[in-house]
Amino acid sequence: MAQPTKSVDRRGFLKGAALAATAPIAIAPQARVATPANVTETTAGTPFGSDPRVTERPGADFMVDVFKSLGFEYVFAMPGSSFAGIHESIINYGGNRAPEFITCCNEESSVAMANGYFKIEGKPAMICAHGTVGLQHATMAIYDSYCDRVPVYVVLGNTLDAAHRGGEVSWLHSVQDAASMVREVTKWDDTPQSLEHFADSAVRAYKIMMTPPMMPVVLTADTEMQENAIPSGEHPRIPKLTLAAPPQGESGAVAEAARLLVAAENPVIVASRAARTPAGMKLMVELAETLQAGVVDQHRRMNFPTRHPLNQTLRAGVAGKPTTGAPVMEADVVLALESSDLYSTVRQAKQRNGALKVISISSLDLNHKSNYQDFMRYTDTDLSMAADAEATLPSLIEAVKRQLTPDRKRALETRGAKLAQASRQAQQKARADAAYGWDASPISTARLSAELWAQIANEDWSFLSDTFWIRDWPLRLWDFDKHYQYIGGSGAEAVGYMAPATVGAALANKKHGRLSISIQTDGDLMVANGVLWTAAHHRIPLLILMHNNRAYHQEVMGIQGLANRHNRGIDRIHIGTKIDDPNIDYAKLAQSMGVRAEGPISDSKDLAAAIRRGIDVVKRGEPYLIDTVTQPR
Amino acid sequence: MKHLWVVLAIAAALSDSSRAQEAPNAENGKRLFLKNGCYECHGTVGQGGTGPRLAPRPLAAPALTAYVRKPANGMPPYSAKVMTDSEVADIRAYLATIPEPPKNLPLLNP
Repeated sequence: MAQPTKSVDRRGFLKGAALAATAPIAIAPQARVATPANVTETTAGTPFGSDPRVTERPGADFMVDVFKSLGFEYVFAMPGSSFAGIHESIINYGGNRAPEFITCCNEESSVAMANGYFKIEGKPAMICAHGTVGLQHATMAIYDSYCDRVPVYVVLGNTLDAAHRGGEVSWLHSVQDAASMVREVTKWDDTPQSLEHFADSAVRAYKIMMTPPMMPVVLTADTEMQENAIPSGEHPRIPKLTLAAPPQGESGAVAEAARLLVAAENPVIVASRAARTPAGMKLMVELAETLQAGVVDQHRRMNFPTRHPLNQTLRAGVAGKPTTGAPVMEADVVLALESSDLYSTVRQAKQRNGALKVISISSLDLNHKSNYQDFMRYTDTDLSMAADAEATLPSLIEAVKRQLTPDRKRALETRGAKLAQASRQAQQKARADAAYGWDASPISTARLSAELWAQIANEDWSFLSDTFWIRDWPLRLWDFDKHYQYIGGSGAEAVGYMAPATVGAALANKKHGRLSISIQTDGDLMVANGVLWTAAHHRIPLLILMHNNRAYHQEVMGIQGLANRHNRGIDRIHIGTKIDDPNIDYAKLAQSMGVRAEGPISDSKDLAAAIRRGIDVVKRGEPYLIDTVTQPR
Repeated sequence: MKHLWVVLAIAAALSDSSRAQEAPNAENGKRLFLKNGCYECHGTVGQGGTGPRLAPRPLAAPALTAYVRKPANGMPPYSAKVMTDSEVADIRAYLATIPEPPKNLPLLNP
């Protein structure tokens, strides 16, 4: 392990000096004495080991040992004094490797970056924040991750013992129960009272967050415990981490689901967050092909290849989460896998066909939070498994195979051929639709997507932004066939997620050598544009094309709708909804943070060359931003 | 004062009525299409967006006007107070000027 750097920390020095002055009457026992984390030999004027203010082996070193044992590759954080002990131990004792400190400009971005990182890498990252003001920033992104079923390991700094707080700021940054602010939107939390307790809870937290349904967890690390020496004679143990096998559907229910699916004339598989891993996507393909059933991908994850003949998503609807449309409306059995809104998915189909059977496999049936309403409206189902969909797919596939007779297989092949034909026609229609507005200025989102695809199709690419805001054009036009090629949206539909999640995901792609790309909405970037600096500082390769429609466009339409409903005219709907006057120069914004950039580009004929220049820079390991002025959607 | 408003309202109605006799003005239609925010959902050249495609080959004027007054799905209604019949006709004229999209675009080949 690297040895601690000997330097003076002003905050710690002042606090330590103040406490030292009161030590004779206020401090006991010795193990609780607050000392500055680092004082140089020359400054202190005494050899190491003889000055009680010098701590050679702080508790935070052990905490870092715990984090290393859990395999964290990165910690995303904006620095803060309440977790400075952990920060200092990570960069010095831990050598700033596994975890490596990624400097963020806002705790909300820290969490969103960890979210994006997980969705690519399949491994969680940790974030650190003040238990008060930092967590207040982070809260929206934690809610996003909670709704998005993404594990994020949140470590908060806090000074619980009021007798050992410093001055005004230390009091303002302290709280009785730090995690209470996010307890409704996290899976578990704890405030350990000793290093042994810390290790136990740290491992437990990891195990809990990684068991589906995956969600963020919170561990509060006491400032004194971080900065003080490991108590003499104590040898805290790090427990062994053994992840729990994810819950699978009960065997009888799985067999019944297989029976319904095999007997159905028009079964449809609707997947929202079904494929947690690349293996999940392969299982989705195997199930669909075994059944010759259509698949509607609601794209909270990359569940199913976009150009697979059984993919019926384009027939289900575009420019939004596909919830209705022909595949579901014509179905006699719907298999919903980790559905995020099952009620809306089947409501109209059930009204049309009262005999429609709905099978649900969802780990969310194991979640019992009540305050936030992300559980959606209660849905009538005919068979419901409180289980992880991906973990249940192997047994479901085997059950389906066991029930298939040769005659039934022939019938299914006929169905599959019809579905393949319908899929081809839907793809042709999407390409025809993309031609409308082809030369328009501002640039059409279809043209933007087509120009980008032309230059990445032969690369190992990963598209990292939500397609909802650009009418799903990439998902309609491109050939997505790998799990890491799409990460879905924010979870809670919160603005300010996309930019940092994209950078976090691009960081995960970096070591794999993938070409990370995004089409970034302007309003979202303005919430968290500090991530541009983070991308430049940490040399995170990422090509960002702006979807710069100069508005909070969703809200433009909302206000427009209300103004019409109230019959008051629409000539004032720009107030509070447009991002113009002045127009934001995103190229200059990016350049100011060290990101190479160009634009604004309003003529689609200029796109191809700009994208080529951008890819060249990204392939050299840097981020690049192209400001493209676009149609509203 | 009340009489003045009545006179102005009648004059405006007559003006609109007389305009209705004139050929729709595509240039004014384009201005209105942008000013009235139609493009927010349908795109600046009516190519479609959150709302459906409107051009080329827009609905016939009576059908378009009827739809604007009592739309289906998520479109908000535009009353005659917000957008007159002649303004709808002008917008339709603008949409009718929009050409067919190019065919066989290399970038849209599979």
